[in-house]
Order: sequence, then structure tokens, then C-alpha cells
Amino acid sequence: MQLIFEKSRPGRLGFSLPQLDVLPAVCLPEKYCRQTAAQLPEVSELDVVRHFSNLSRLNFSVDTNFYPLGSCTMKYNPKFTEKVAALSGFSDLHPLLPQLWGGGMLAQGSLEVLYNMERLLSEITGMAAFTLQPLAGAHGELTGVMLIAAYHKANGEKRKHIIIPDSSHGTNPASAAIAGYTVVVIPTDSEGALDMALYKKALNSETAAVMLTCPDTLGLFNPKIKEIADLAHGVGALMYYDGANLNAIMGKCRPGDLGFDVVHLNLHKTFATPHGGGGPGAGPVGVSEKLVDFLPISRVIRRPDGTFALDYHKRKSIGYIAPFYGNFGVILKAYAYILALGKSGLMEASENAVLSANYCLARLKDHYVVGYDRICMHECVLSAARQLEHGVHALDIAKYLIDQGFHPPTIYFPMIVKEALMIEPTETENKETLDAFIEAMICAAQLSESDPDALHRAPSQMPIKRLDETKAARQLDLRWISKK
Amino acid sequence: MNYIAHTEIEKKEMLKVIGVSSVEELFKCIPSNLRPKSFNLPEGKSEFEVFEYLKLLANQNATQLTNFVGGGFYDHYIPAAVDALASRSEFYTAYTPYQPECSQGWLQAIYEYQTIICELTGLDVSNASLYDGGTALYEAAMMAVRLTGRKKIIVDSGVSLIYRTMLYAYTSNLAIEFVETPVVHGQSCREDIYKHLDAKTAAVIVQNPNFFGAVDDFSDIVERVHTFGALAVASVYPVSLGMLKSPQEMGFDIATGEGQSLGLPLSFGGPYLGFIAVKKEHLRQMPGRIVGATVDKDNKRGFVLTLQAREQHIRRERATSNICSNEALCALRALIYTSLLGKTGFQELARLNYQKAEFAKATLEKVKGVKVKRSAPTFNEFTLELPKNADEVVLRMISKGFAGGFPLGRFYKGLDNYLLVAVTEKRTKEEIVHFANSLEAALCS
Amino acid sequence: MSLPSNLFYTKDHEWAKIEGDQVTMGITDYAQAALGDITFIDLPKIGAQVKQAQWCATVESVKAASDVYAPLSGEVLKANVALAEHPELVNKSAYEQGWFAVLKISDQLEKNKLMNAQNYAEYLKTLTK
Repeated sequence: MQLIFEKSRPGRLGFSLPQLDVLPAVCLPEKYCRQTAAQLPEVSELDVVRHFSNLSRLNFSVDTNFYPLGSCTMKYNPKFTEKVAALSGFSDLHPLLPQLWGGGMLAQGSLEVLYNMERLLSEITGMAAFTLQPLAGAHGELTGVMLIAAYHKANGEKRKHIIIPDSSHGTNPASAAIAGYTVVVIPTDSEGALDMALYKKALNSETAAVMLTCPDTLGLFNPKIKEIADLAHGVGALMYYDGANLNAIMGKCRPGDLGFDVVHLNLHKTFATPHGGGGPGAGPVGVSEKLVDFLPISRVIRRPDGTFALDYHKRKSIGYIAPFYGNFGVILKAYAYILALGKSGLMEASENAVLSANYCLARLKDHYVVGYDRICMHECVLSAARQLEHGVHALDIAKYLIDQGFHPPTIYFPMIVKEALMIEPTETENKETLDAFIEAMICAAQLSESDPDALHRAPSQMPIKRLDETKAARQLDLRWISKK
Repeated sequence: MNYIAHTEIEKKEMLKVIGVSSVEELFKCIPSNLRPKSFNLPEGKSEFEVFEYLKLLANQNATQLTNFVGGGFYDHYIPAAVDALASRSEFYTAYTPYQPECSQGWLQAIYEYQTIICELTGLDVSNASLYDGGTALYEAAMMAVRLTGRKKIIVDSGVSLIYRTMLYAYTSNLAIEFVETPVVHGQSCREDIYKHLDAKTAAVIVQNPNFFGAVDDFSDIVERVHTFGALAVASVYPVSLGMLKSPQEMGFDIATGEGQSLGLPLSFGGPYLGFIAVKKEHLRQMPGRIVGATVDKDNKRGFVLTLQAREQHIRRERATSNICSNEALCALRALIYTSLLGKTGFQELARLNYQKAEFAKATLEKVKGVKVKRSAPTFNEFTLELPKNADEVVLRMISKGFAGGFPLGRFYKGLDNYLLVAVTEKRTKEEIVHFANSLEAALCS
Repeated sequence: MSLPSNLFYTKDHEWAKIEGDQVTMGITDYAQAALGDITFIDLPKIGAQVKQAQWCATVESVKAASDVYAPLSGEVLKANVALAEHPELVNKSAYEQGWFAVLKISDQLEKNKLMNAQNYAEYLKTLTK
């Protein structure tokens, strides 16, 4: 498709602005003004509408395709939450209003949403308090690690490293590193769990924290989780919970009860806010009692008269980590979702997510190598190792699935599984969809033996074929430039 | 409502295939002593009930006030086509475009967005977005530290206090030295910046227009910064780039900013849009996803995520940043917004903002006791000196139907009588005149 | 897979060509094949002091980033600037045009820790098992 810039025609307008209704003043002195105007496209409103409507049709999305992307929880995003976020009372509210003197009363509705949401998330996870400020999961991780650093500092300690399993999301070591810690990586044992012997060896008085995903990225629940936490606490280290996989365990166990001190959640995963093509997300962080004082400011409080206010007077706080109160629009959608599902609904969501994943695993395990043959949680990890013997990679299977109308599972993650295919079906897909996907996966396995080239050629039904990623990285073309 | 499709019969069939007798058996791996100590949540409600409750809350927010509050976050009109197109669920229910063949729409949109940001800032390369203007500035500061191998950063106090506070919070566990230089007569104090600028300096960070609304030509500062091998970083307000000298024209190495004003609702602080653009030579240290153009097997143009080896999912603890999810849907809104306004519309938008603010300055100047700070030119926001405490005046203005501005005393010591007033293209002549009259009344009472 | 007999090798798949007090280094044919199409090389900086078996460069392919370690300690005298524009030279000619850097050797004894072609070939066999 042509770029919007290639559709540009000098003099064409896409939008009318109000006429200037005041007498113009003198212009800014020239030295402050730009010499060359930004070359924005000159297109009509219809040009814009058709361009982006047609672009949108080139995407797979949850609303159009099954999207079993492991670790991403691509569940259905209820429409009414969009309608809630679009209410002008929420969407037009300036974030500085409650910071004006007496301005808290101008934002009572939004402050109530934040206050209630913090409490709901605290109860769901078993934590003492939450901050809703972090703007995405990885941002929550960074916030969490900063809280951990502040805690140790307040205790007069400068601990040096954070322990992370080799199966972790890449954001975990990255977050630990940019917050100033070195990362100690612990391998996974033959059962798919953290290697306890090596873990114990790595743990010492320099350990600031242990960062874990639970269930882990193999989709497995580690029954030794409490022991891991007790050992960490024994040396004064804190336990960090990567909440990417919370959709597996709502109402079945809570990170707080397992001994975790810091938890981040991905509202755009478990709590059904849309992923927006890569964002915005929201990554609220919950903490145990001993970390509450360090949470970012502002905090939302409830006054004795029942009104809500912002509290900035927290001496030990790590400060601002977002300009305001978090991605409010996203928090609001997640709040609406939790209210609609309620206690039973959330438990059923986890139960059905786990049921669907195990169903996929049970039906596919004769066709693919299974890393660790156990009951899985909300996602299952297969390996294309058997298909590789015929020269077929996980990537080829992924491309074949695209032709069949399915977004592929996450591939090549976790890195510890060779040719990994990580399937997370979620609870909102019906059985026919799961069956059709499973059939396509079985077909791919069969084709890898009978006609591997058919998989190598895929996809053939899409607007484009496989792209030259090496060329993209070697001959960088990262923006449009006018040929004139 | 739980949005689950499985019927009881289907569940039984699935359990049979799995080889267990109940769903609970699937959770056997969680020992009984690790089960929730409590899960005390309200039961679910219907869509209608939840919507009505939230509508009630929405109505408790005072969004009907005529808005003169800015402070880096502005009340601009959003064309209907922005909402209509960004609401297409083929965009908003997709994930990060890791599989290019079924994500060309998103990839092309991001490539176009990167082009827009390059055009606005004049710089060479941009990325698929960062969280917000504050975290974008933090990423720029960290880039400068990595690129120069130095750890001292000079920050002009005209940079929003919100952003400065964020910078300090993020780096509190790292050995980075920040030096704040003062604003004198509305603009950055050259003398003070040069006093601190040395061979240990990684970057000098300024903001245009600064928090007081003043615009500047930083070319002289940038030139001096470069003689010390340091980088010049600017946080900019994108709408002003329809008129003001671009970061590239002033020689900046890195430009960041808050993209909220490009078609995003104020939404009580988010989701917003952090943007970043850098000179080509700094590309490898730029954080975040990047889309590049390439060709497919048939030599047809297509788009992919590229330079991924910089990112956390590959480089882990050695990554340039930990960012994963960004603000893609907000970037899409900014792209649609700037496409609708177009080259001339965007310039006209900037002109309207500037002219309305100039009119407001002239009108407010006539109010008894009010002084407009005119030591430096401004764009669409300016500072008033009031004869009274600005907090009290703003409180009175609320009862008259105005969000009257942002009292500077909250962020700057000793400026209790100063009020920051923003005027966008949405404010009519009548509203501005009415605002001035109401201010006069508020000052008299 | 080519393994020139005049070169020395490391466990991390770097090669070293020792000529007097200088050593030219790069990555082996095995390493470039394992990485696939190389897209970018972060070369050692001229004048930098590098230490044997410690990080001195990074090689990127589309989906991976790998560290390269110095085969010997010394000062970086030259870096192969041609690789900035043409990283594919490492894929095409790992031992000739795809060289990374020339170092001034600071400790000749470290040579004893390197493998000759025959030993490296044996070592590679253990990896493919």
C-alpha cells in the first residue's frame, strides 16, 4: 500500500480549523521561528479515513482472528469498557485539576476509581497496597526494583544483585540492570523449575531480590515457590512477582500469600484491556506492608468524610515515576472489567484459561515434543524439535498458521526450549476455535514430514510474503524521505 | 458476565480429553497451604449496571469548566476522524507486530509515525513510541550517559518539575550527578549553564517552550555544549513545532516530548505518548521498537520490526532499555491527527495558539493589578503576576466556571502569586474576555 | 568449514593471527555460520585496552546479539571500518576481509592459552555431539 505521504497533493486539506477571531499580534521574532516547515502529508479527510481503514484490514487482531500468543493473554476486550473510557467526564479531565487548591473536589469520580481499583487489586493478589502509576508491565518492573532498592537503602544496605531464572521474560533482567543491579541467572532444572541447588548457592547477603514469574514462562506452577521465598527472606532479600501470568491463578492462589513482596500486574493481559498494537498498557505494582511507605507519590486517600484526595506528603516515597496517576484510561477499563466479572467471574476466567490450555496440550502432545509433560496452567509450551528433523522450524509453522487465519503462538520463547511454540488460548475462545487451531497445528506437523517446502513457502495467502529482515537491518530505512 | 464461551457439556468433553475429572484437578499443583487466605471481592454485575455506576462517577468530575490549565498538557480539539479510525478494533485489539505478514497495517502506521516525528523535530530517526514525555526525557538522559561514558547532567529549571522529579527518581540508585541551572527573566541562564559545563558533562537538558511558557533559541547553548563533547537534549511541545525553530535547526542531538497534544484526550493523565528523535549516529543507543522498510520474496515493499538486537527480549540485561509495551495506539492517534491537519493545517494550528495567547495577554494585562511577564516571548502559555495568592484566585475562578490556570507556587518556591495560563485554539475571543472580567471580579472580592 | 592452520583459536570462537607483537582477530567460520546473517558489529575502539577472554566487541544478527572476547590482551591499534558498511563480509570471509581488529600484544605468554587449528577442530566436534 502507498504511504500516506505518497498520497499527498500540495494544497489538499483534511481538516478545517476555526478562523482567527482576534486581531493578529506581531509575529514572533524570526530567530525563534522554524525555517523549514514539517513536511506533513496534504490529504483530504476521506484520503485519511480510507488510508487507515485499509491499513487496519492488513492486521490480525483479537476481534478478527484467534490470537494464542503465549505470555500475552490476548483475551477478548469487552466493548463496553471502551464506551466507559470515552465518557467525557473521564476523557476530558485535566490531570492537574486535583493539584489545584481545592481542586480535589473537581475530580472525585476519577479519584474514586483509582482508590477502589487499588483495593480490588490488593485483594486479588494479597498485597497490602498498590500504586497504579506504572504505564506498562516493564515500567512496573522498574518501579518494583526501585522500591526494592529504596527499601534496602532505608535499612542502610547496598545490595548488589538480583536473582532471575533463565526462563524469565527479557524485561526482568533489563529492568534489574537499568535500576543499577547486576543480574545473576539461575538455570532451569530437568523438571522445568528453578534449579534449587544453584539457587541456594547464588543466594547471599548481597542478594537484593529474586524475580520470578508464577506460573513460570513454561506455563508450570512451581510447588516449591514458598520454599524459594522463605530462603530469600532468610538472607534479607525480597521476592518480586512478575504478574504476566496472573490469568492462570485468580482465586487459586495469591502472590502475597506465597511470600512475594512486590508484584506487578499487566492490566492489558489479565484484565482485558486491549493491547493497542503494542500499547498502551498499565503495570500497577503491589507491595507487602514493609514497602508501602516507599510507593510513588501521589497516593489516593479517602478522607473521614468519604471524599477522596491526593497525598504527596510521603517522606520515604521513591518520588514520581509517571507524570500523574498512571494510564488512567486503561485503569478505568480494567476496573469496569473487574466489576463486571466479580469474584466468581475472575475465578472462572482462570479456570477456563487453564482448561483451554490443557486441552490444547492434550490434543497436540502426540504431534509435537512437549518440553515438560505435566498439567500446565494457562499456557503450554511445545517444541518443533521433531519437525526440525525435516528441516521445518517453529518459524515455518508460525507462517503456515498465518495462512490458515490464526495468529501464531509466541515462538522461540522461552529461550531454554528449542524451537519453542508457546500457546496461550485464553478463556474467551470457544471450543470450535480451539479445535480448528489444533487441527491446523496437526496439519503443520504432518506437512513437515510430507511436504516441508509447503511450510517453507508460507505464507502465500497474505498481502506480502516473507520479508527480508536482514536487508531491513543492514540497509536501514526507518522513515519516508521525499524523492524530490 | 465472564465472557467465557465453554458450555458445561464442552467442559466435560475437554476434561475427558485431558484425562482429568474436574477443573479443580488442573490446579492440584497448587498445594492447599498456598491457597488464598482471602478472596473477598464483590460479585459480578451486568454491563448496564457497571456502566451506569461509572457514568455516575464520570459526572462527578468537573469537565465542564472552561480550561486555561496547561502545564505541558493541553486542551486541543480532536477531530472526529481520529476517534473513528483509532477505534477500529483491527488496530486496537492487535498486539505488537512481531509477525509482519499479518501486521502490515500496524507496521506501516508506525513507519509513518516515525516519519512524522522526524519531520516535526527535524531529526533523523525516531521509534515506535515511549510511555510519556517524562520517561522519554529519562531515556534521553540515559542515552547521553551511555554515549558519552560520562555521568554529569545539567538540567535547566525551565524543564517541567514533573519531569525533573521523574529523572531524579529513576536515577536515584545510579551514580549520576544532576546540576540544576536557574531561569532568569523567563529564559535559561547561559552563564550558569556554562559555569557547570565541563568535560565530565554528558548532557544539557532544556525545554522549549519552558515550563513558564517562554520560547528560546538554544543554538548558542547547543554549540557550546558540543565543544565539550556533551550532548544537547530538548524536551519540546509538538504543537509549537508548527511555528518554533525545530530541535534540528538549533543543533540538538536528541529531542523528546509529550505527544498528548497530537490528538489524545487529557484523560486524567494517560494514556499519553512519549516521543523521541535522535541524530542518525545515536540510533543504536535509542531505546524502544523501531520499524524499518524492506522487501518480501517478490521484491514487494513491506515493513518489519528491526534492530531488535538492542532490545530486552534479545539482549536482556545488556539491553538499551527495559521497554516492551509502548503507546502504539496513542502514536497512531498522533499520526492520524497530523495527517488530517497536514502541512499547512499544522502551521495554522500553531499560529492560532500563538495569536489567541497573545490576545489573552493583551486582554489580561488590562485587568487591574495583573502583570503579564513579558521578559521573554511565549507560544501559547504565559505567566501572570497577581496581586494575591494564585491558589486563592484559582479557587474563586472555579466557582465562576473556569479552570483558571496553574499556580506556580506549587512547583516553584517564592512564586505564590504567579499563575501559568494556557490558551489553545479552542478558546474563543468571548471566553478570553469573560475570563479576564471574571479574574478582575475574583481579585476585587 | 574452514580452519586455517596458521591461526590460533578460542573456546568462544574467536581467531587470532599473531605476527610479531601484533595480533589480528575476528570470529571463526563456525561462529558466523551459527549467528546467521550478520547485520551489525560494534567494533573495539582504537586506543582501548582489552583483556584476554574479556568483552571487546558485539556482533548482531537479526534475532541475536553475541559478545566477542579478546583472544589476547593488548591495545587496539586498528579496527576494520569496512564492517560498518558491510557487516556481511564476516559471513563471506571470516578470516580475511571479515577481520575485526588489530591489537598490540601486551603479554606474549597468553598465547599458550589458545588452541591451534587441530585442537579447535577437536573442540568443535565435542560441541556438535
